Amino acid sequence: MSEHHDEPTPLADPGVAVPVLEARDLAITFPPRRGHGAARAVDGVNLALARGEVLALIGESGCGKSTLARALVGLVEPTRGEIHYNGELLRRTRTGLREFRRHVQLVLQDPYGALNPRQNIHDAVAEGLRLHGQRAGLTRRVSEALEQVGMRPPDHFFDRYPHQLSGGQQQRVVIAGALTLGPEVLVADEPVSSLDASVRGEILKLFLKLRDDLGLAALVVSHDLGLAWNIADRVAVMYLGRIVEVGRVEEVLLRPQHPYTRALLDAVPSMSEQKVTEVLGGEPPDPTAMPQGCRFHPRCPLRAILPEDKARECLADMPVLPPGEDDRQVACFHVDEWDRVAPQSTETRDPSEVTT
Amino acid sequence: MTVPQRTEERGTGTEPLLDVRGLTVTYRSGKEPVYATRGVDLTLAAGETLGMAGESGSGKTTVAMSLLRLLPAESTVTGEIRFRGEDLLQANWGRMRAVRWAEASVVFQGAMSALNPVQTIGDQITEPILLHEKVGEKAASARARDLLDSVGVPSRRVTSYPHELSGGQRQRVMMAMALACDPGLVIADEPTTALDVIVQAQILSLLTELVRERGISLIMISHDLSVLASTCDKIAVMYAGRLVETGPSREVIGTPLHPYSRALAGAFPTLGDPASRLSPGGLPGDPPDLREQIDGCPFAPRCPEVEDRCRSGVIPSVRLGDRAAACIHVPGYEEGVDHV
Repeated sequence: MSEHHDEPTPLADPGVAVPVLEARDLAITFPPRRGHGAARAVDGVNLALARGEVLALIGESGCGKSTLARALVGLVEPTRGEIHYNGELLRRTRTGLREFRRHVQLVLQDPYGALNPRQNIHDAVAEGLRLHGQRAGLTRRVSEALEQVGMRPPDHFFDRYPHQLSGGQQQRVVIAGALTLGPEVLVADEPVSSLDASVRGEILKLFLKLRDDLGLAALVVSHDLGLAWNIADRVAVMYLGRIVEVGRVEEVLLRPQHPYTRALLDAVPSMSEQKVTEVLGGEPPDPTAMPQGCRFHPRCPLRAILPEDKARECLADMPVLPPGEDDRQVACFHVDEWDRVAPQSTETRDPSEVTT
Repeated sequence: MTVPQRTEERGTGTEPLLDVRGLTVTYRSGKEPVYATRGVDLTLAAGETLGMAGESGSGKTTVAMSLLRLLPAESTVTGEIRFRGEDLLQANWGRMRAVRWAEASVVFQGAMSALNPVQTIGDQITEPILLHEKVGEKAASARARDLLDSVGVPSRRVTSYPHELSGGQRQRVMMAMALACDPGLVIADEPTTALDVIVQAQILSLLTELVRERGISLIMISHDLSVLASTCDKIAVMYAGRLVETGPSREVIGTPLHPYSRALAGAFPTLGDPASRLSPGGLPGDPPDLREQIDGCPFAPRCPEVEDRCRSGVIPSVRLGDRAAACIHVPGYEEGVDHV
């Protein structure tokens, strides 16, 4: 691969090193459409991805996670805010974006849709190199990329077409195409949600392998908390255009603090017992009709049991992630109130509750 | 099995509500036949809930849809489907129409495409009631309102059209339709696939509560083992058109007998389990081509515990208490005792 992978990648440590990719107060608003107001899909997001780090961005549909992912690869122009790559501001000029896209690559949910059905695998993987005018050693680099994603021997696949491959193989081809330009970051939007359970794990393993072999960082967008547990170092939880909680996976998933994170975790079906917990009423939120104050307050189970004066604060002001580079950040005024008003719900998940 | 059998008014009490024997479905639409299910045996007691697990192409939806003969015309179905003692594969179309909705109903995946976009949801719920029961429109419409209430949709929405509802609400309307004629069996085909985790939890808790309350049997189809584990008494795992394992949910997931069930369970991590932390469970390879006849165990090419004798003949299912699995490694397989 190209030169910037030669030096050893420092371990993920967002506190010290300059992030490889960073969003600063990023906002994306879509214009109004037939009877709907403007949609504030992303509404003030600060998020940093360290070199070689796998960060999972979790949220329900409509929370803005896919829009954020597209903005982070330069496909959507932010309405406000900045994107920084290795500490440098991304300039939305032709050359600025072109250079940026070499280093930050997008992997989409549906691999079959991402591949051209009339293009063979060799040409599909070579597409990025061609677009960037890098024709030297084309076939060698295609072979390398296919090997890196576990498609061996690579030349065996050159003349095949997408429909001749399984879903898992198609996703490997898409990832190989993203690797040819020697990126430092993969942004993957639901990379395994269209794949079958047994294939899912193989593709997730690949993300971990690419991190180990190439020092590749990844932002993986998903609705699946199990995916975060399987591959991510840190997890960011998004609700209505904002990050509500971020931290190390063990912290956030086993000791969630934000009421929304707690609700998400409680909604995960249990493998060990026949029980479904219905935790949150209401429907997923609507980015064209933002509630005042904390975006989560209309559905918040914590606010529902707070004393009136405290509950009023949730409406008056919008909680933000505390500044600084703490291991864990939570955007809620009243996290500490859980212990006081709802002691029964503060238990952490018991790691001995293991089924597999 | 894990749930005491309830006596159904039309059942005899000892006989299962549903008894499927040797169900084989072949699709012949293209040049080559597609062997979707290859001899499936299945029983379901009244009031029991069964989860059908498997990946796409495993045949789980084919089995479920064949129960009410809802398969496309180019399919060939053989075997026996005994529902309340009657072989539905031999029943005439008039009889089938009477069975559908009134005795067994389906909650389809993707409520947007399953509901009629130009008919109010009230009309869609009353339709099966008027068709199957001797009631007037007024009574039917009152029942539609009650049904909507019971699935958590405000009854004033009877005059709404599907597009005016959210995805979760549409799925609730599908459930109201399925329950409209008080059936003995509800088949739910990936009822929460397109929904978010929180809405999924709402729908699943509603569905399980409704069937439990009414003593309805449920067959739930899902690719998501955790959905089935949290809602069903029993789980049946399918692979390449065969049933490879059945048993009480907790046991199938906790201590799987078949290597494929083990791989599938490993693909759904338990948060907090150190074994799956930074270590996703997966299985190399792909399921077999359904256009080919399979000799031996269908899982043999991907199986980590494969032996020579797995690759030929038929691997029968071995019963072990209230569990069964089709694998040579199941204790008792050697003796050939009690092969199903």
